[in-house]
Amino acid sequence: MTSGTKESPAVQRILSLHFDTPESERLATYTASGGYSACRRAFARPPEDVTEEVKKSGLRGRGGAGFPAGVKWGFIPKNTERPMYLCINADESEPGTFKDRYIMERDPHMLLEGILITCWAIRSHDAYIYIRGEFEDARRVLQAAIDEAYAAGHLGANPCGSGWRIDVTIHRGAGAYICGEETGLLESLEGKKGYPRIKPPFPAVVGLFQSPTIINNVETIACVPWILEHGGEAYARIGVGKSTGTKLWCISGHVARPGVYETPLGVPFRTLLEEYAGGMRHPDRPLKAVIPGGSSVPVLTASEALGVNMDYESLGQLGTMLGSAGVMVIEEGTCMVWALAVITRFYAEESCGQCTPCREGTSWVNDIMWRLERGGATPEDIALVHNLCDNMIGKTICVLADAMVMPAKSFMKKFKPEFDAHIAAGRCPLPQPVRD
Amino acid sequence: MPETSTKPELLPPAALARLEELARRYPTREALMLPALWMVQREHGWISTEAMQYVAKLLDVSPVRVYGVVSFYHMFHERAPGKYNIQVCQTLSCSLLGAEKLLQHLQDTLGIAHGEVCPNGRFMVQRVECLGACEHAPVCQINDDFVFDLTPAALDAKLAELP
Repeated sequence: MTSGTKESPAVQRILSLHFDTPESERLATYTASGGYSACRRAFARPPEDVTEEVKKSGLRGRGGAGFPAGVKWGFIPKNTERPMYLCINADESEPGTFKDRYIMERDPHMLLEGILITCWAIRSHDAYIYIRGEFEDARRVLQAAIDEAYAAGHLGANPCGSGWRIDVTIHRGAGAYICGEETGLLESLEGKKGYPRIKPPFPAVVGLFQSPTIINNVETIACVPWILEHGGEAYARIGVGKSTGTKLWCISGHVARPGVYETPLGVPFRTLLEEYAGGMRHPDRPLKAVIPGGSSVPVLTASEALGVNMDYESLGQLGTMLGSAGVMVIEEGTCMVWALAVITRFYAEESCGQCTPCREGTSWVNDIMWRLERGGATPEDIALVHNLCDNMIGKTICVLADAMVMPAKSFMKKFKPEFDAHIAAGRCPLPQPVRD
Repeated sequence: MPETSTKPELLPPAALARLEELARRYPTREALMLPALWMVQREHGWISTEAMQYVAKLLDVSPVRVYGVVSFYHMFHERAPGKYNIQVCQTLSCSLLGAEKLLQHLQDTLGIAHGEVCPNGRFMVQRVECLGACEHAPVCQINDDFVFDLTPAALDAKLAELP
């Protein structure tokens, strides 16, 4: 398997430090390197202090939205009679994203310790890890880690002698992208179809089983032990500006060494590509485009990508997003109409069907994309796609519709000549598209 | 609705005991929906109408709620899926590296299309979306197991060695 094997200063690797250690998933390995000491520090402090420490770190949600984790925890209402819940989003389904799988398979106790600390901070006794159904290997490793943690007394009635009961339960999904949307996840956990809920109320106020609930991504929570061990300020010194800490990058597509790599936020894309991913796989096929944050974010041209630093703000300035850090690299020779058709098919397949603009719009745009690629499109189809997109974005309960519109609009704008050439030729004009 | 075929005793006592153990972790019975359906599917390979009625009774919800859930999630089967369910990822990272050719090869070799089962019941082919293993594109899953870094020849070899 591939992972961040580049030699770099210790501070640059927090999450992947033990990915390549033998038996890294075992409790003994984790405790041998100081594991389960951060949660002892946390339990010795009032919960508000722990939240404050995470606020100081500037840690932002790694699932896609980038909302500051400590601020989110602060939204939990005080003096409520209702139980609090913590949900870990391990549904990892954004196309191009595969980092959480590495954390769960290679350092599951780091996640469990993060859960302990977070439960204490938000005064929760019950955490659920909602894992996508396809990750059976990861689920087995994680369950074995949970069993070990219970046996050692790190979980259960009295974790680390705190007297604060914490139970962790894995909940297996069954193949639905929409359950990675936080309120779709809650519905699914409650035993229903994963239809997203209208917000407000936000889950921190009315979430799982009508109770206050914090939902965080696996990677976000896996950062928490380091923050409690070394302090929020130390974490905030890593990275750049409001993009603090390190990040796991999932690099896939036409690169020499696809894999998971960890660097401080703010690393130049060019460094990620050339030094970590080994450059393009074919020396005679240069970079054409990059999708920097999972397929739901706007695409970058080669010249945009080669000049950008990988942090929330720099990517935002280019009109795209860091998202889930699923970096998909595309080489010259690839048909961008075809690539967009592949992307729109995903959203057409995964639309949950609750909102009409998304249910109808994703399929309709997808049909048009394949007409453009394979034949049968008319010159009016381009304007029709724009019209459909304008009637989807911002008009639905969740952002799945937006997540198709953003790539669609950016592909059609930045690679407009290719779309025009498809209209002129009546189908894909490339003689032999590069697809293997 | 699909045809029915499972036997009256749908879940063995050990599975029912595990389910009741799990029930202590949730404040509602309905939250056991996915765990119960996974148990049924693990036991029988798929989820029949009878099984949906059985789960409805176990969780004290209406059968149509169970059917709604089963039909919503891609991984639950309403028909027997074949001994080996080959799920070929077609999302962008895999498609950039030959997933279309891989799926075509598989369909040609087995003579079945997406969602179909071989006449002898050995294989089912499914075109699926992102499996979350893009660093090993193109990938597929055979039942619950990943197969990484595929070529048509490598997939042929993998299928040939299945028991």
